[in-house]
Amino acid sequence: MQNEWLYIGLFLAIGVIVPIVPLIASRLLAPRKPNPIKQSTYECGIETVGESWVQFKAQYYIYALVFLVFDVETVFLFPWAIAIGKLPLFAVLEGIIFILILIAGLTFAWRKGLLEWA
Amino acid sequence: MTFWNDPINFIANWLGGVFAGWGMASGLVYVITALIGIVVIILFAMAIAIFLVWVERKVVARFQDRLGPNRIGPFGLIQPFADIIKLIIKEDITPDGADKLIFNIAPVMSLASVILIWAIVPLASNIYGVDINVAVLYLVAVGSFGTLSVIMAGWASNNKYALIGAFRMVATMISYEIPMVVALLIPTILSGTMSVKGITEAQTNLWFVFLSPLGLLLFLISAIAELGRSPFDLNEAESEIVAGFHIEYTGMKFGLFYAGELLHAFTFGGFMAVLFFGGYGGFFGLEKMTAFGWLANPFVELVIFLLKALIGYWVIMWIKYSMPRIRIDFMLAFNWKFLTPLAFVLLMITALMDKLLAPTQFYASGMFLSNVLLAWIVIELLRSFSKRERLAKEKPAEPVIQAAQH
Repeated sequence: MQNEWLYIGLFLAIGVIVPIVPLIASRLLAPRKPNPIKQSTYECGIETVGESWVQFKAQYYIYALVFLVFDVETVFLFPWAIAIGKLPLFAVLEGIIFILILIAGLTFAWRKGLLEWA
Repeated sequence: MTFWNDPINFIANWLGGVFAGWGMASGLVYVITALIGIVVIILFAMAIAIFLVWVERKVVARFQDRLGPNRIGPFGLIQPFADIIKLIIKEDITPDGADKLIFNIAPVMSLASVILIWAIVPLASNIYGVDINVAVLYLVAVGSFGTLSVIMAGWASNNKYALIGAFRMVATMISYEIPMVVALLIPTILSGTMSVKGITEAQTNLWFVFLSPLGLLLFLISAIAELGRSPFDLNEAESEIVAGFHIEYTGMKFGLFYAGELLHAFTFGGFMAVLFFGGYGGFFGLEKMTAFGWLANPFVELVIFLLKALIGYWVIMWIKYSMPRIRIDFMLAFNWKFLTPLAFVLLMITALMDKLLAPTQFYASGMFLSNVLLAWIVIELLRSFSKRERLAKEKPAEPVIQAAQH
């Protein structure tokens, strides 16, 4: 069990090193002649106006809130899904009631108009 | 145990014996043999990625009625190596306003997130990195690293188009991860385990695609969305935001994003095979007969797995080159108002049917029929809804025509 996660850890280390190798090769082989025009921001060839690091539209935020509820609660479904063969019918129905509550939440958000792109 | 029956363990045991003979501690021997195995798996994955560059260019050419690369080597097979050399000797430009550290980490993380998935890919019954008991969750967790790299690239570029691309990717990811997780729950319910090897072995007699065709559809759609491929390629919509999140990347850093995307698509093709098409197995018990005993060989299984993954990859490519890009509000509405409710209804039906029908002989047919019935109900609902929408749009036009006649 520990060996499995040690293996994943080693995999992570090598998996990070492998993409770095071509970058180092590129650093050694590629020409480097920077100038201000080359290093300016590319936005269709027009000169850049204003900051890029700005606050962004809130629609994404509302979707993220709905997502958060679902994502946290679907994780609870995995243990239930594995054990379904061993559970009594009543426990399976309880899981289904849990999903129905989730769907009720989605319906609420839908009726409230949170899922509309405004 | 010979090399042909169990190559990985054979080499690992042999190497372990050699290292132990040098007087190493057993923990160190494990780490070194594991490292050698990891390097082999990753190099294998990278070789596939190089091959995929050729496949992608050749197939898109055939879709567009062109020949594709055909000058360098037979059928242009050496072309990807020429591409790599070109990318390495290109000048690497970092824009002035960029956040240099994060800008440089993002492409590495993009490829590393895909390589990490290969730790659990079951290439054959005894050729795989590691068989963890939460493999399905691991797939979702590592997949979101890739999304994080897109966000990092978009934010650190200090470019408005890149930022828009990154935010679209966030919207896609947070939406389509829910049908994705539910689609992963369905093989988990059917097989009763989260280990990919267990899921593969549970399909020895019957592939899960016959038990849950709708689950496969959900997985395919949400995998394409998570890959950011057309029709969900809003994060790099080249006709409006140039190249999206990787607009400022040049040379090998762009190459890493590109290789990561291709390998990710192939890996999802492979997981489609593992979760719904029986993974490396696929003879339905034929290999148990003496005449076909040679089919139960890990190398045969490896070829079968790679073929299935290539077919899955081809389907993803086929969809990419046939579909137009959809608008972001349609994309989100499609997920939240169609895929997510469908996914949860399918999950409830699968759980209930699995519990009620598992001991009976109607298990497979009942599962399949319930899927077909659900699909039919959904199509009917969509049809009546679109009809209502159409009528609602046509109605206000009538009084205007009457007024004109008077």
